Amino acid sequence: MSPKTLYDKIWDAHVADEADDGTCLLYIDRHLVHEVTSPQAFEGLRMTGRTVRAPDKTIAVPDHNVPTTAGREDPSQMTEESRIQVGALDSNAREFGIHYYPMDDVRQGIVHIVGPEQGWTLPGMTVVCGDSHTATHGAFGALAHGIGTSEVEHVLATQTLIQKKSKNMKVEITGKLMPGVTAKDITMAVIGETGTGGGTGYVIEYCGEAIRDLSMEGRMTVCNMAIEGGARAGLIAPDEKTFEYVKGRPHAPKAGQWENALAWWKTLYTDEGAHFDKMITLKGEDIQPVVTWGTSPEDVLPITANVPSPDDFTGGKVDAVKRALDYMGLTPGQKMTDIQIDTVFIGSCTNGRIEDFRAVAEVVKGKKIKEGMRAMIVPGSGLVRAQAEEEGLADIFIEAGFEWRLAGCSMCLAMNPDQLSEGERCAATSNRNFEGRQGYKGRTHLVSPAMAAAAAITGHLTDIRDMI
Amino acid sequence: MEKFEKLSGIAAPMPLVNIDTDMIIPKIFLKSIQRTGFGKNLFDEMRYTRDGAEIEDFVLNKPAYREAQILVAGDNFGCGSSREHAPWAIADFGIKAVISTSFADIFFNNCFKNGILPIVMPQEVVDVLMKDAEKGANARMDVDLEAQTVTTSDGEVFAFEVDAFKKHCLLEGLDDIGLTMAKEKSIDAFEATASQARPWV
Ligand code: SF4
Repeated sequence: MSPKTLYDKIWDAHVADEADDGTCLLYIDRHLVHEVTSPQAFEGLRMTGRTVRAPDKTIAVPDHNVPTTAGREDPSQMTEESRIQVGALDSNAREFGIHYYPMDDVRQGIVHIVGPEQGWTLPGMTVVCGDSHTATHGAFGALAHGIGTSEVEHVLATQTLIQKKSKNMKVEITGKLMPGVTAKDITMAVIGETGTGGGTGYVIEYCGEAIRDLSMEGRMTVCNMAIEGGARAGLIAPDEKTFEYVKGRPHAPKAGQWENALAWWKTLYTDEGAHFDKMITLKGEDIQPVVTWGTSPEDVLPITANVPSPDDFTGGKVDAVKRALDYMGLTPGQKMTDIQIDTVFIGSCTNGRIEDFRAVAEVVKGKKIKEGMRAMIVPGSGLVRAQAEEEGLADIFIEAGFEWRLAGCSMCLAMNPDQLSEGERCAATSNRNFEGRQGYKGRTHLVSPAMAAAAAITGHLTDIRDMI
Repeated sequence: MEKFEKLSGIAAPMPLVNIDTDMIIPKIFLKSIQRTGFGKNLFDEMRYTRDGAEIEDFVLNKPAYREAQILVAGDNFGCGSSREHAPWAIADFGIKAVISTSFADIFFNNCFKNGILPIVMPQEVVDVLMKDAEKGANARMDVDLEAQTVTTSDGEVFAFEVDAFKKHCLLEGLDDIGLTMAKEKSIDAFEATASQARPWV
């Protein structure tokens, strides 16, 4: 048998039908649903008299619109439109009988944090969600795609997705990371290398010692941003850390089935000599703490660098850089570490997990945030919040002057009331620095949690290595 | 879905690279639970000032391009979120084809589900088409899906590739859920085998 990649193996195990031209029906094991991209899909089912084919494999949670401030049960905290959208998810979940974590459930949170936390995401599965950051689940060795609303409806009705196989890309991070360098820096450094379109048409498998050394949380951070490089999905082969993380979670296989599951999961790796269409290798030692300066996630530079000039670029990027510098209010040649910050946002499906909060606590413990700074920490789920409180992290944050919020997407895309005002400049642990992403004319610099924490203390973008 | 056959229309030039879905339809418009009505907010933040006035030099506000049905855009069009509101807004505005050197995957797929044809052309061709689009309202571009060609206002013809299955669905205006449901037996069979092999799923 010819050697297969991890992607090949998961793909082959899920093809329900293949047409002559290679168009396949890929069977979907888990379908995650949130309130923004699903209402039109459920409406479509109703209009055509169709039902949800596999309600037991469909999980819904509201996250994008939910307020993250105390007392959010009070409907006046949401705009009319947000209330309608969350209300629609609520009634659709009940009408179609799918698993549901409503806003007042402690397990509620960002869909990509809730899935793994509850054990819905398991190695070797196919996972989809009407959200591009579904790539996150690839950290478990699950093939996880973001899909559009028409596809959400397609999966609801048929539990399959029409797909053609993507190409395979191997991204290897060799060796060890230097102190202060995190999973976030790895994933941003890779996008800096490939560009935001570099992964288009590919499924990326991340491998190498530096990836193996990451915790499951760190691996989720890496896969989360695969989409920012344009890839359909990111994958990391499951190993003992994965199995350890999964074991005992509410929806993980129970005793009796666990052994069978484990036996299959252990076959999920890329065979020696399997074919990749593209390969990239970065040395772990070379990766530095990075920060974005522009309005595309590919606009990445080490924190020690200076703001680039449009002259450093060619082609269509020249105008895009001019526009980005103007939008960001930056001057070529300016030191990154001289950029003043007025807002810090720590959270999102990229960095809203317990390990991220531990990293933040380590930096801010016993310190105070810069005067005038607005700094918020938003847990990825109610359970992350509870754990952080139990570990005493929440007290550290509150003492340092952070706002300690309830779970949701919050200022990652600012669909709820958490937004930047015009001209405000934010160090954010989220994944997108697009124009207007965090609020109209708001300016975003993407960084790791430790770097965001450092910026909250100093008031400017800061090299975390100067603080450790 | 409406059938896509031939299109003859005005093409608007948007040479900017990495036009993302947040630019195409900012998130404040994602709160609707409808599929229609997004056209007026297409490219909202580039198109209007905060108080709702039109920004004159934005391409779709120029008299020549207000009726554009084709967009010629820079690399990596549609990157970012999976929001189908982006193609909904494009279609609702009246644009039926987008031409670029490359598209983000999810956006690309979403277009086909909404009767929009995304056309990938090499840089040299996009450059020619961009120039043609810059001529304004007198220059009509033709897109023929059956023949897989784009013709400039000067009569220059360029061929493009398109996936055969996607082309078929677009030409016939087919709903893929219906097509898939016709294969229900294969799905049932797969489900039966898979639940034996991986009962924990
Ligand atoms: S946290 Fe941000 S990126 Fe993640 S699902 Fe929510 S809005 Fe999307």
